[in-house]
Amino acid sequence: MDYFLELFFSGLTRGSIYALIALGYTMVYGIIELINFAHGEIYMIGAFVGLTVAGVLTSFGFPATSIMVLASMAAIVYAAAYGYTLEKIAYRPLRSAPRLSPLISAIGMSIFLQNYVMLAQTSDFISFPSLTPEFAFLDKYSSTIGSSDFLIIVVAAVVMVLLTLFIKFTRMGKAMRATAQNRKMAMLVGVNVDQVISVTFIVGSSLAAVGGVLIASHIGQINFFIGFIAGIKAFTAAVLGGIGSVPGAMLGGLILGWTESFCTGYVSSDYEDVFAFALLVIILIFRPSGLLGKAPIQKV
Amino acid sequence: MSNEARKVLEVKGVCKDFGGLRALDDVDLDVREGEIVALIGPNGAGKTTFFNCITGIYTPTFGEVNIDPTGDGFKRINGIKTNYVTEMGMARTFQNIRLFPSMSVIENVMIGCHCRTKASFLGAIFRDPRTKKEEQETIIKSYELLKELGLEQFADELACNLPYGAQRRLEIARALATDPFLLLLDEPAAGMNPQETLALEGLIVSIKEKHNISVLLIEHDMKMVMSLSDRIFVLEYGREIAHGTPQEVSENPAVIKAYLGEDLDA
Amino acid sequence: MEGLKKSLLVSLWFMFLTLPIVGVFVNTIDDVVIWRLERVLYVGICTFFLSFLWRFMISKKEAGAKRDEETGEEQISAFGKILANPSFYYPLLAGVLVFALLFPQLFSMYQVNIMISALIYVVLGLGLNIVVGLAGLLDLGYVAFYAVGAYSYALMNLYWGVNFWVALPIGALLGALCGIILGFPVLRLRGDYLAIVTLGFGEIIRLVLENWGDFTHGPSGIANIPRPDFFGLFTGLSNSIHFMYYLMIVLVIFTIFIVNRLKNSRIGRAWQALREDEIACQAMGIDKVKTKLMAFSIGATWAGLVGVVFAAKTSFINPASFTFLESAIILSIVVLGGMGSILGVILGALVLMLLPEYLRAFSEYRMLVFGATMVLVMVFRPQGLVRDVRKKIDIAAVRKALGGANE
Repeated sequence: MDYFLELFFSGLTRGSIYALIALGYTMVYGIIELINFAHGEIYMIGAFVGLTVAGVLTSFGFPATSIMVLASMAAIVYAAAYGYTLEKIAYRPLRSAPRLSPLISAIGMSIFLQNYVMLAQTSDFISFPSLTPEFAFLDKYSSTIGSSDFLIIVVAAVVMVLLTLFIKFTRMGKAMRATAQNRKMAMLVGVNVDQVISVTFIVGSSLAAVGGVLIASHIGQINFFIGFIAGIKAFTAAVLGGIGSVPGAMLGGLILGWTESFCTGYVSSDYEDVFAFALLVIILIFRPSGLLGKAPIQKV
Repeated sequence: MSNEARKVLEVKGVCKDFGGLRALDDVDLDVREGEIVALIGPNGAGKTTFFNCITGIYTPTFGEVNIDPTGDGFKRINGIKTNYVTEMGMARTFQNIRLFPSMSVIENVMIGCHCRTKASFLGAIFRDPRTKKEEQETIIKSYELLKELGLEQFADELACNLPYGAQRRLEIARALATDPFLLLLDEPAAGMNPQETLALEGLIVSIKEKHNISVLLIEHDMKMVMSLSDRIFVLEYGREIAHGTPQEVSENPAVIKAYLGEDLDA
Repeated sequence: MEGLKKSLLVSLWFMFLTLPIVGVFVNTIDDVVIWRLERVLYVGICTFFLSFLWRFMISKKEAGAKRDEETGEEQISAFGKILANPSFYYPLLAGVLVFALLFPQLFSMYQVNIMISALIYVVLGLGLNIVVGLAGLLDLGYVAFYAVGAYSYALMNLYWGVNFWVALPIGALLGALCGIILGFPVLRLRGDYLAIVTLGFGEIIRLVLENWGDFTHGPSGIANIPRPDFFGLFTGLSNSIHFMYYLMIVLVIFTIFIVNRLKNSRIGRAWQALREDEIACQAMGIDKVKTKLMAFSIGATWAGLVGVVFAAKTSFINPASFTFLESAIILSIVVLGGMGSILGVILGALVLMLLPEYLRAFSEYRMLVFGATMVLVMVFRPQGLVRDVRKKIDIAAVRKALGGANE
């Protein structure tokens, strides 16, 4: 039972991170129908910014809690800035191009950003300082859930609630939903679509950065390549839940996290990534609209 | 047209639901050999949905779609993929023109010949005499169809550079290239001026005679519908409210109400 | 003045963006922070000038789009005009052929080796061009078929001593077979989903090769794969490399021939129609899945074929040669060269493969440049280096034939 609980919580932790990244994919796809291939790289950049800021602040002798808060803030701001710039350079000029063009551009951006970080920083793994405080009340359960797991789950839950409220109740959230349903119509009724798309990228990227800093601090090391695998897995989560659906991304993330955790725990750890890819392939073939997504009606 | 001619298309009780919305509700329709039948109704009545249901783009929720191209019994075709429906001999045009924009006009028609030709990929590589002959025949057939629709001077142009009316006619040429027994035209006169519409009318009749086919068309231009059709079916809110000869339909109170209530121009 | 202000803002923005990534390096083991602020300044200066260029290009592109709309015709470059003229085209072709044949005599073995790699990529590019360029299916797992070819030769040789010539067709067939097996379930999917699923398949194949150690020797790979042997001729390293080179030349010509014929056939036409409008295509009686499957498996055949050659050439393979990055490189060859254009893909492969080799100093920046190229090509020149031109149907001949028959 203990082993089961351990796997359950580690799955929940992973799943929360996947969900955070998946939200970015799903929101962007919902609005401009593009698989933002470079989203995983934004997550990786978030982690790197978190690392450098934490390193600089440590060298200045800041206290631990303030380092955690400031590094996370910086990561979010930077990821948002990168996401915004990415959209402006690689996607906006291609708004009216054939569908494959922005996708190829996105792949190009993903390769570019990976190599940019590799060249500017290093190709080796860098150890990431643990920014998580130790929660004393978790001592009793330390065999099943660690402090950083706990922090990840709580933060992810809070962020997702905030996001849901943002989309449901704010003016911008409404504009986003309207744009997602019908971009032309939204434009006609006075929604500033360019702005909505920018905000979508900014929000999605910030969520990815939260995920990036949390997981980096949990695992303890990062390199330029972490965004690729995480990106694919988060994309799997988004598709699993139904791409374009925000609750779907959350659900998909959790299911994927648990699948991986239980499969590696009970079956074999060699094929960890294969499970995720296989799940992706199976869903796309048998239920391309995902668990909570609606199959689109083809207009003729 | 005599009523004894056999039915080539018979649709019975077709329904189509989109989520909770019933777009088509129990629609019956039939087309006899050599007939021109019109399907009319106000915007949003479900006419194009009906076309999509019988050509396999949508699968009807209930009901039956049967065809009899050769006179040896009906075949049920609901749920069959669009390309097989075309292969069986029902070809259609689209309301919002769907040509292959960056292919030349003649190539657009040649695509229509695809399902009547056989060259495999081995043939493409070796270019054996049979493949060459087939290709040559395809080109000639396509060119003749273009000529028939008065498009031969555009043969080399890209389809997207054609004037609007010519694009509509190219859609018809492309559909004819599939050798259909029944031609489905979705608003062929939309966006045309009165002279063009008149010319189109003549064209449809001559195509029907020359290729020995039946025609089912959706159209809003009442003048054209009345003078062209042998029979008319009227849809409103997905239901069939009347059918009969142009005379019968134009005197039907339900039809008058549907049209005058909604669309005074018609 | 306005432009100056804009560029200044852009350069400040990029300096801000690159500050924590380029400007600081934290060595967490020794807790040392290394500042490299001067690099951020370089970034600022570069982006200041580049932003002028960017705006100029964007405005030029918009003007070009407007002009095309007005004239209704696309501009054909001078280069294209020269190529269309047979009195230039044939001598040029002959010149290229002679150069290709004399290449091993003129250059060192090192150069020949590089050229073999480049030619392998030419074939890979042409193969992927069938899938992406002609049929419009974005396949991000193309390298999986390449791996299938390479591993089929390596493993068959390891376990049963199968020689190169037998392995060559088997590798191609296995590639085609895998293409059909993978393609059948996924080709129903919409374009962008297809891209992701093929990527997933590619990674699965690589991970299986990596983890199935008993059979594939895992990450350490398979060594001592024999080079092709041709009736006992061409023994010795230099001879066998020359032989590989000519073999690749033959393969390239063979590929060009086949791809060209496919492109201008009934099937090639169906591919293009499918790329432009799937629904209309099906309404014309074209079987979507069958036609796509054909493109997918024919494309995979080439990857399988050159996979065998690759294994023979390097005589050592491991899963690391078949990562997603490799698929991305092949894709960027197709994109840069010009989707659908055979000449374009050949040029694309040669440029992308040979330039980094000869600009050794920049070889680190190779992937960076690839990525940037893909974005820039999509933004500024979506048709690639060479615009794809389809062979025109000879209308005049048809008119003549018909005229003769009627009168």
